[in-house]
Amino acid sequence: MPAGVAALSGVWLVVALVGVATIAIKALGPAVLGGRRLPPRAGAIVELLAPAVLAALVVTQAVGGERALVLDERLAGLAAAALALRLRAPILVVIAVAALVTALLRGL
Amino acid sequence: MHVGSESRVRDGARAVLPLALAVVLFGVSFGVLARAAGMGVLPPVVMSATTFAGSAQFAVVSILGGAGSVAAAVAAAVLLNARYAPMSIAVAPGFRGPLWRRLVGAQLIVDESWALSARGGGRFDVPVLLGAGMVLYPCWIGGTVLGVLGGEGLGDPERLGLDAAFPALFLALLVPQLRTRRALAAALTGAAIACILVPLSSPGIPIVAASAACLLGWRR
Repeated sequence: MPAGVAALSGVWLVVALVGVATIAIKALGPAVLGGRRLPPRAGAIVELLAPAVLAALVVTQAVGGERALVLDERLAGLAAAALALRLRAPILVVIAVAALVTALLRGL
Repeated sequence: MHVGSESRVRDGARAVLPLALAVVLFGVSFGVLARAAGMGVLPPVVMSATTFAGSAQFAVVSILGGAGSVAAAVAAAVLLNARYAPMSIAVAPGFRGPLWRRLVGAQLIVDESWALSARGGGRFDVPVLLGAGMVLYPCWIGGTVLGVLGGEGLGDPERLGLDAAFPALFLALLVPQLRTRRALAAALTGAAIACILVPLSSPGIPIVAASAACLLGWRR
């Protein structure tokens, strides 16, 4: 099997697994628990998943390289995005600002 | 459905309209980036139709695009979507009708529809959630289709600075989550774990490992 085909079947595998898992997670409330709630401690842990994972995504996408921390134009783009967020810019503007600043610095 | 719920479905649809264009464009950017990451044309569209959760889908693109493994991409996406478990449980008492309808309706839970339906004190207006979700779902898929089809002629994503769009996007999704001191501590711990592990492990692993920071919630 050529590498491209193998890579694409990997993509389908991810799409299928993530799709099934997400559908199951979203259905959890009505399907399993009816009107009951999570125990408070479990709820407190799950609540912190999103901030922890999102922060890790910011780091890996801003300074992640091939098994190394890489400081490049992306960091300036992220700083510009943080400023845009501070000014309460909508999410699309924030993303566009980051891309634009990074592209401009790379074009210099 | 009881009396008045249909008009509340319409209320939800109307309330979410200002966000609809943003979600279309967000879908376009997902399509463009997924195509650039080598995910092909159909898989990103199928993913938008089945997963319907922006941050997890972007995480998958960024991990696969960075030559991360299938397992790392799936784990990161599932961890990001784990937040829908408590959200689904919170709105469950408001769902009406036969089980299949409640299960289908629950698929319309996304951050925006969920937030719009919150009525305080742990109560939720589920018809509003359904109305908002029914508007956002086609917007997300339609945007993805436009992105994968139109993204081809865009050229090198790095020259366009599109790789910097990811951390900016995740930062924008993170900031509203930092309402409590504990959430801030979890975010900082997660970021620190990722920093330490990036040089030591393959792509995706640092993100999965950083999820351990949620154990800070164990302490009361």
